[in-house]
Amino acid sequence: MTLETLGWQGLVILVVFGLSLLIATYCTYAERVIAAFLQDRVGPDRAGPFGLAQPLADAVKMFTKEEFFPAGANRALFIFGPCLAMITALMSSAVIPFGNFLQFGSTVVHLQGIEINVGMLYVFGIVSLGVYGIMIGGWASNNKFSLLGAIRAASQNISYELAMGLALIAVLMMSGTLSLREITLQQSVAGEWHFWNVVKQPLGFIIFIVCAFAETNRTPFDLPECETELVGGYHTEYSSMKLGLYLFAEYINVFVASAVMSVLYFGGFNFPFQYELRDWLVSSRGMELVTAQNIITILGAVGVFLKIFAFIFFFMWVRWTLPRFRYDQLMRLGWTILIPLAIFNILLTGGLITFGVIK
Amino acid sequence: MSPLFLFLSFVALLSALGVVLAKNPVHSVLFLILTFFTLSGHYLLLNAQFLAAVNIIVYAGAIMVLFLFVIMFLNLNEDTEPHKPALAKFAAAIAGGSLLLILVAALRNVSPAGYDPANFDSQIGMVDRLGMVLFRDYALPFELASVLLLAAMVGSVMLGKRETGERNF
Repeated sequence: MTLETLGWQGLVILVVFGLSLLIATYCTYAERVIAAFLQDRVGPDRAGPFGLAQPLADAVKMFTKEEFFPAGANRALFIFGPCLAMITALMSSAVIPFGNFLQFGSTVVHLQGIEINVGMLYVFGIVSLGVYGIMIGGWASNNKFSLLGAIRAASQNISYELAMGLALIAVLMMSGTLSLREITLQQSVAGEWHFWNVVKQPLGFIIFIVCAFAETNRTPFDLPECETELVGGYHTEYSSMKLGLYLFAEYINVFVASAVMSVLYFGGFNFPFQYELRDWLVSSRGMELVTAQNIITILGAVGVFLKIFAFIFFFMWVRWTLPRFRYDQLMRLGWTILIPLAIFNILLTGGLITFGVIK
Repeated sequence: MSPLFLFLSFVALLSALGVVLAKNPVHSVLFLILTFFTLSGHYLLLNAQFLAAVNIIVYAGAIMVLFLFVIMFLNLNEDTEPHKPALAKFAAAIAGGSLLLILVAALRNVSPAGYDPANFDSQIGMVDRLGMVLFRDYALPFELASVLLLAAMVGSVMLGKRETGERNF
């Protein structure tokens, strides 16, 4: 890898990092607007035009509030908890392909932080570490409600990781690779009919999205911060920007979960008729193949973000529609319904691949 | 020895010592997680990406969460720490010391098999190569182990199943 390519790749990483933060910031705004829409209210409209400066106002509020340390708290771990939650949330977007590649002369820039051949396992590893931020913060608060929230988060994440991994195995059986870029490219092949994975794996996708709700602690599975039972759950004792980091990390997790679902099941940066459009640009508009490919890549990047936004909207839509589960219902759903279903899905996929129905 | 290897080994040894020496059991667990991370770093240096990722997922991500979970429930602290008799400490020191002695004696004269840059296989340790070995040469042990794990998972689901007439709410 030349120094120039390395510089470009660094720029891509910075852009992905900045976009994760920007999207998470405006998720807080979108959440309120969508909540207001679903509840037939006006929503935030005071700060700036359409209330667009609301996240800024929130940030100012968070930063200027008093920092509070509860008595008997483990001070170092109390600070470390939200930091860890934020770090793990931001790390997982590194391997997600947000676009194919751009070519300028001899320089090829992949619109992806890093390409590793175990990309899916990397995301999984980081997601499984995400729970430590909540556990450490909840334990260090020296508050029984926080501890209960932390313990709920731990058992919930472990339980749903199993079903999530099993749902994923069915996709990996079809793709034969763990690289997210390869999985994306396989979902669209020039010159033949090729379907996104969601068509071949409807059951796997449903299991995966339910588990994604549980892993990101979103309603209807937000038991770790269930305010009717636990005051505020794991962040009861947190104030000012440390609370802000926890809330922020949740939105980044939602963004990453949406991105992973778009890549695995909804074709990632592919969009229908992209090869036809490229050939049309070359033949009818007289463009060079490289320029046409760059245009397709940019359109694909726009497409993957549209898919991500659709998923984020779905997360919020569900939050303001469904009531919260009870804890025993959550565990029963995970262990006695989702895991057997996921194992059945693996058997089904194996059978269909053996008989050549899907590949 | 590369500086990265030296750094990883330094952190690994330091955090492993932290596991033993930390007074607070929660700190011990966190040090152990850091140790697993440095071990994953060593796997990466040895060109074993898959092993590194799986080490993080299984050990740091799942097993250590359970450790932390149990320790948080037990509410252990310095006051409740049991005081071991001097004889037990003495015996532990002797046993550990002799293990160290044996390891040093066994590894003292080992010359690491140097790699040959000319015909070094850069794909060694990658996930597809590992899969080939597992499914071609070790298919039976691999399948037996996976059946064992599946049986454990089915057993846990069966234990969690509601029996007839149990419902109280």
